[in-house]
Amino acid sequence: MSTELKDRIQDVIDHEPVALFMKGTPDLVMCGNSQRALDALRGAGAPVTTVNVLPDPAIRQELSAISGWPTIPQVFIKGELIGGADIAEELAASGELERKLSEALGPDYRGRAVQKTEFLS
Amino acid sequence: MERLEALLRDAFPEASDLRVVDRTGTGDHFHVLVRDDGFDGLSLVEQHKLVYAALAEPLRDGTIHELRITTKGS
Repeated sequence: MSTELKDRIQDVIDHEPVALFMKGTPDLVMCGNSQRALDALRGAGAPVTTVNVLPDPAIRQELSAISGWPTIPQVFIKGELIGGADIAEELAASGELERKLSEALGPDYRGRAVQKTEFLS
Repeated sequence: MERLEALLRDAFPEASDLRVVDRTGTGDHFHVLVRDDGFDGLSLVEQHKLVYAALAEPLRDGTIHELRITTKGS
C-alpha cells in the first residue's frame, strides 16, 4: 500500500471542514447511500468536500483502515468520523447535524458553503 | 437473511428488538434494526461499528451489497 495515498486521505480528513468519501461525484452519484449522505449534508448547508473512491480501490481500503468504518459513504466533520448515510440522515432529521456543524465550524458556516471535489487518483 | 439474523443474535444476545429486512427482495440489500440496552452511552458511530463487526463476514464475502443500520438504546 502506498503511504503517500494514506497521507493524502488523512490530509483531506484533517483539513477539510466537511469531507464526504463517496461513490461517484456530486454531479454523478453512483450509489444510493452516497446520495443520501450528500443530501443530508446539503440540507444542513454544509460546505462539503467530496472524494470519489471509485477510481482506485486502494482509496477505500486505506480509508477504512484509517477510520475503522467498512462501508462507503463516510462523513467527517473537522476530522471526526460522523458515520455513513444512516447516521447522517438521522442527525439531519433531529437537527443534531446542524448543531455539530455550527459547533465545529462556527455559527456562520452556511455562509461558507462552497463545494469542492478532491481527486486522489 | 437467516444467516444475518443468527450473526446478530450471537453478537447481541440481549437485544430487545432485532430485525433484518430484505429491502429489495433480492437478498443483498438489507436494513438491520437492533435495539439493545448495551448501546446506552455509546455514540452512533460506536453502535454502528458493533453491527458492522457482527456482520463482517457477509460484508466481506459480498453477501451484503448494501446495508442500512438503525440502532437504539433502551
